[in-house]
Parts: sequence; structure tokens; C-alpha cells
Amino acid sequence: MAAGVATWLPFARAAAVGWLPLAQQPLPPAPGVKASRGDEVLVVNVSGRRFETWKNTLDRYPDTLLGSSEKEFFYDADSGEYFFDRDPDMFRHVLNFYRTGRLHCPRQECIQAFDEELAFYGLVPELVGDCCLEEYRDRKKENAERLAEDEEAEQAGDGPILPAGSSLRQRLWRAFENPHTSTAALVFYYVTGFFIAVSVIANVVETIPCRGPTRRPPREQPCGDRFPLAFFCMDTACVLIFTGEYLLRLFAAPSRCRFLRSVMSLIDVVAILPYYIGLFVPKNEDVSGAFVTLRVFRVFRIFKFSRHSQGLRILGYTLKSCASELGFLLFSLTMAIIIFATVMFYAEKGTNKTNFTSIPAAFWYTIVTMTTLGYGDMVPSTIAGKIFGSICSLSGVLVIALPVPVIVSNFSRIYHQNQRADKRRAQQKVRLARIRLAKSGTTNAFLQYKQNGGLEDSGSGEEQALCVRNRSAFEQQHHHLLHCLEKTTCHEFTDELTFSETLGAVSLGGRTSRSTSVSSQPVGPGSLLSSCCPRRAKRRAIRLANSTASVSRGSMQELDTLAGLRRSPAPQSRSSLNAKPHDSLDLNCESRDFVAAIISIPTPPANTPDESQPSSPGGSGRASSTVRNSSLAGLLHAPPLGPLGSHLTSELWPKKERTLCLLSG
Amino acid sequence: MAGTDKIEDELEMTMVCHRPEGLEQLEAQTNFTKRELQVLYRGFKNECPSGVVNEETFKQIYAQFFPHGDASTYAHYLFHAFDTTQTGSVKFEDFVTALSILLRGTVHEKLRWTFNLYDINKDGYINKEEMMDIVKAIYDMMGKYTYPVLKEDTPRQHVDVFFQKMDKNKDGIVTLDEFLESCQEDDNIMRSLQLFQNVM
Repeated sequence: MAAGVATWLPFARAAAVGWLPLAQQPLPPAPGVKASRGDEVLVVNVSGRRFETWKNTLDRYPDTLLGSSEKEFFYDADSGEYFFDRDPDMFRHVLNFYRTGRLHCPRQECIQAFDEELAFYGLVPELVGDCCLEEYRDRKKENAERLAEDEEAEQAGDGPILPAGSSLRQRLWRAFENPHTSTAALVFYYVTGFFIAVSVIANVVETIPCRGPTRRPPREQPCGDRFPLAFFCMDTACVLIFTGEYLLRLFAAPSRCRFLRSVMSLIDVVAILPYYIGLFVPKNEDVSGAFVTLRVFRVFRIFKFSRHSQGLRILGYTLKSCASELGFLLFSLTMAIIIFATVMFYAEKGTNKTNFTSIPAAFWYTIVTMTTLGYGDMVPSTIAGKIFGSICSLSGVLVIALPVPVIVSNFSRIYHQNQRADKRRAQQKVRLARIRLAKSGTTNAFLQYKQNGGLEDSGSGEEQALCVRNRSAFEQQHHHLLHCLEKTTCHEFTDELTFSETLGAVSLGGRTSRSTSVSSQPVGPGSLLSSCCPRRAKRRAIRLANSTASVSRGSMQELDTLAGLRRSPAPQSRSSLNAKPHDSLDLNCESRDFVAAIISIPTPPANTPDESQPSSPGGSGRASSTVRNSSLAGLLHAPPLGPLGSHLTSELWPKKERTLCLLSG
Repeated sequence: MAGTDKIEDELEMTMVCHRPEGLEQLEAQTNFTKRELQVLYRGFKNECPSGVVNEETFKQIYAQFFPHGDASTYAHYLFHAFDTTQTGSVKFEDFVTALSILLRGTVHEKLRWTFNLYDINKDGYINKEEMMDIVKAIYDMMGKYTYPVLKEDTPRQHVDVFFQKMDKNKDGIVTLDEFLESCQEDDNIMRSLQLFQNVM
């Protein structure tokens, strides 16, 4: 329904009385009006700041959060107000929309934050009023562009991290594109740069007249004719290098068609082709003119430098992007040249021995004058000619000065963009490293928790490590979830170190065959209930068999429990244990029967899920920060149950299981 | 040009705003109180202001909860178990209905939901391939660094054990009745069903 018409609805309905005389059928009965309480003032509490407004105001836009029944989800019956945990400053704008019908965009706020608020309150961005719409769109576009750049930089700049198993082609291509990845690539980069320079300099020096050593009749010859062989050899060497480089790039390119069409490869081809054509063209008089022309193309080798210089690439890109401005410049100049040339020609027509022989001849004068060069080879002599000549030079300045700032601003924008992209790529590595570090923090939290004996029976009366006791409710629930997964799969989470240790242990000579024979036994059908975890049974067996195998931390815990040595679950005890494997192994041999009888059961976390819940129903409804996570965590806790989790339950009822295992021996 | 298209797409997406049914209706349909629904909705709305969760978001959430391994496959199956209408997005009603079953439902309902999760193609039967997919997905969440080392045939063994237990008539598929029967015979499962009752 269009905005604001809700206010006029009673009027329109009252005016329906005007249809009564015309109506041919009786009109339908009116809809049952809910106990009309009249209009009331609603209190909306946004992060502590109270906003009060009429209910009717909010009802004006029934397809938004505040106007629909969705706001009942945020109603706090105790205080009788609607509580939103959002930014109060932004809410001001939202509420003003309901009051005035126009949504204004705050100038000092981040446009992304504003967008998120709009999304939360169910307001479509189109509702932004005309006064603020353009600015909103511009800022949004700018933001989107910058974010797109970020994404591109992330995807493109893989950095030195090479995907494992990349083929020679991929490695070669990467070496070509990013010379900084390896020393060889860098060397290649500089060598090609050197040869480009050599080639260009040779082309230039070829034409310098150099005197011979003996004072023969001064027949000035260009150096190229004096030392043809030397120059030819240098040219050949350069062309060979360039050809080799081109072929290598062609081989390594991921998409050969695209590479063939790219600008850089075209430049490469144009740079080396004249040489080959020159080899096959016979040196007779007719064709040598064309041959000489071909040599001109050798100068295009200087464009190969654009691979080495970013500034050159930016310049080229700017010119490409300013094509329309350049086109306009060219067009207006052409117009002006034609006009003024015509005028000058007719003005100077009468003079004798004038240079202005035709209009095209006058073009040269006009161009030289408009660009304020003024060579002076063609000069008007009549008064009219001089007047028009001065007008010509003045207008020239104007016409050229107009499009130039546009081109300059384009160049500046692209240049700054490039600088930003470079800086971002440099920071990318640091960013990625930090993100990885943060991620490993959560990964390690659970392992730390296990290490600190968080999984041991809390009823032992021992002091648990502070870090285990002082975990937030979210952490507790998260660790419980991970623990459930461990029990479902009968595998434990470990870190890299232990994993590689275990791998090394398994591959120890002589023990391997025994361990594999034990582990390859199929699990019997009836063993589910009797042994709570078939894997654990195997683990015990392996440990007994491999007395010299390196023992992992989990088994350390096990041995602790058995021997009754309740060390405080501090990390130093762990490391001391690791340092002295032999002691624990002696322990192992003595208490073999003990081991067989009792399973090390990592018991559930100290606080049961019941106790750890924040008291939500009775409380004021102001949920703690963990509730948000736990609402989703609740969802995620529930699913892993089921028959697969039967192992889990066995762990949680240790007493019964201990009995069972004692029976099974 | 590409920039404007992208913005238009984004604008289109924000217009897909879903509003849930009234609080009273949801309270009647589920086993939650008004307070609980409010708390649930607040969390949901904060994460997804548009009112729907799509599969990508779901996978990201799961990746954060199980950082060790790759949770995307399991999240995919779980998402399709939630998305009862197979629309590709989970609305608040679906979310709350499923939670109601899982947390406050009867034993039968919970087991039926689990059966539905395992039955990937929703044909009413669980066969070995479906079970393999689910079990593999669960093992994927463990990641690489486990103790003991995960072997190639670990999931297969696990599935065989499961089928030996559940498949009463040994015909290679598990029907809903076989499933319910076997689960109700297993005390461990029955006990653990109460475990997550007070997650909220």
C-alpha cells in the first residue's frame, strides 16, 4: 500500500455514504473492529534511549518491522516497551521516516551501517527521499567498487603461496607474472629488461655518424654502415632472446587464445617480426624501401618496457579510459583548424609570393599557431590575416585547455587506485596471517581445554585449572558440542604435533605389522554395548603391544587415572611426563590388569548443560551476548544425536560403563 | 557497468524480506513460550536481517563451530533437513518448528526428524549410500588431525555397524519402522535424547 494513505482511510470509508443511494445490492457488513483503544503512545527503547510515538504513526507502513506484528517479537511485557538492541542515532532517521514519510540519509554515518539498519527495520533503500537519493547512490557505488577491488586483490594476489602440485606451466606463468616470487624469475626479468635497453640503444646509435679512425676524405657514415656486422650480431642476439621469451610465455599461458590477443603479446610480435621478415627479404633495390620501413617498427621494442614499468601501463590505461575526451579534443581541434585555415587562405589570397598556397597548406600554419608553437615558416602579411592569426592563437589555447583537466583527473584517479591496490596487496599477507592466527585460536581453545584436564571427572575434588573453570557459557557449550562429535566418531581432536608423533609411532619398524593386525579386526556386532568405544579398545591393545611406541597425551591421562596419580592438570606436568616416557611405560607394565579393567573416560564438562544456561524465561529478557550464539548453538547442539551418538551416551554414564567394562575384562 | 548491475542485484536481494507469522500463532504451533520465541527471533534476526537463511550462510556458521575440519557437506544435509519446503532458504518458522521438535518434541518426533535427516532423497528409506554420505560428512568435520588417525575405511565400518544394528530384516535398507524400533531398543540412544533438552 502506498505510503501515508492509512490516515485517509477513515475519510474514504466515511465518504462511501455517497454510494448508498446508488447501491443496487446491500453493502457488506463492516469488519469487526478490535477493541478500539483509541490511539496510544508506544514506547520504543533503543539501547536505552526512549522514543515515544503514536501507534498510528508506526501503522502507516504495515510492511516494515515496526508497522507489522513483527515488533511483538521485541516486546518486553515487564516494562511495557519495545526494546531494540541497535544504534539509537540511526533509529532517529528510521522513526523520522514514519513521521514525515521521507527517509533521509545521514551524512556522517557509514553507508554500510545505514544499509544494515534499513535491512533490519525492513525498509527498502528505494524509500530514501529525493533530496538524499543521489548522495546515497554515489556513496554506495563507491563502496561497492572498493569492496570489489578488495575481492579482486584477494583472489588475484595469491602471493608466494603456490598451490601444491602445480604443473610446470603454472609455475612458469606465475614466474612471468610475478617476478618477485623466485630468484630465477627476477633474474629473467632483469635480463630481458637489459636486452630491451640494449636493443633500443643499438637502434639509436646505428644512425649516429661516426668518423673513421683514419682521416680519410670525410665521408660521414652512420655507425650502422661502418660496423654492420657488429650491429647485426647485437640485433640477432636481442631478437633471439625476445623470441625465446615470447615462446615461453605462449607455452605457459593458461589461455593461449587470450594471450595471443593481449596487447603485450602483440607488441612482442611487432618487435621481433621485422627482423625475420628482413632475413627473408632479398636485398634488392625495389623492396629495400619497404625493408627500411620495417626497421622503423623496431622502435616498438621500447614498448616492451611497459611490462617492467607500472607507470607506463597506467599511462596507457588512462589514455584508453579517456578515449572519449581525447576524441572530443581531436574533433574540436579539427573543426577549428579547418575553419581558421579557410579564413587565413582567403585572407592571404591576394598577396604575392605567399606561403598560403592552398587550404591544406594553411592547415600547417593553423596547427602551429593554435598550439602556440609559432615556427615562423609561414607568416601572414595582410592586416586581415594578422587579425585572424591572433584570434586563431587565442582560441587555440582555449580549445586545448578544456579537455586536459579531465584527462589529468582520470590519470590521477587510476594512479591512486593502483597505489591503493599495491598497498593492499602488501598488507594482504599480514592480514591473512592474522586471520589464520585468530582462527587457530578457536581451534586450539578446545585442545587447550582438554589438555588442562577439563574433561576429567569434576567429582575428583581436585582443583581444576582456572582457565577451565572460568570459561564463558558459550565456550562451555561449544566445547560440549565438539566433545559430542568426538564421541560420535570415536576419534579425538589433536593438534599437528601429536598427529605427526602418532603417525611416526605407527610407522615404527616391527611394531607396524602387529598394530595393523590388531586394528584391522572388524568390530563385532554385539560389542557396541559392551565396549563403549571399539576404537578405544583397540587403542588399549596397541598400547600394550607397543611398549616402546611414543605415547600420546591422551594415554598419559589414562595412565594418570589408573595409577591414582592425580597430578594437578597443569601443563608443566604434561611436559614432564613427555620428557620421561620410560617411567610411565614401567607404570604401564605393572598395572596392565588395571588398564584392562578401567577405561579412561573423558567425562563431560564440569557444568552440565542445565546449569550453564542463562536464565532466560524468568529474566528481564535482556539476553546476554551468549544467548545470541546459543540460539544458533541450540540448533546445532540438537542434530548430532541419534544412533551414531550412542557412543556418546556411554561416556556420559561412566559408572554404568565402568561396571560393564570390568565385566568384559 | 558491472558495478551498477551488482548494486541492482543487491537491492533486489534486500527486497526479499520475510516477516514471520505472528507471535501467538508460532506459540500455538510450537512448544516454546513467548519469551523463548522472542529470544530465538532476536538472535535469528540479528544474523539474518532479511528474515531468511540461505545455504551459504549456514555453511559459514557451521565452519565457525567446527574449525578443525570441513563442515560444508554436513551443513548441506542439515540445511535440507531444515528446509522442509525445499525452497532453498530457511525461514524463521522452519527454524523454530525444527527446534521445537528437537528440543521439546516427543521421542517419536525426534527420531522421525533424525530419520528424515539421514534420508537424503526423502524417499522414506535409508540405504547404504545415503548413510555413507552422512557418515562421511560427519567424519569430514573432524579434520585431519585426529587421534587415532582416520583411516580410509573408517566411515564404511561405521556404516556397517549401524546397518547391522538397524536393519532388522537384512534387506539393505532401513525403513522408518525398523529405525524407530531399533532406536527404542537401545537404551543409550533413549537416554541421550534427553541430553539436549535444555539447550535453550
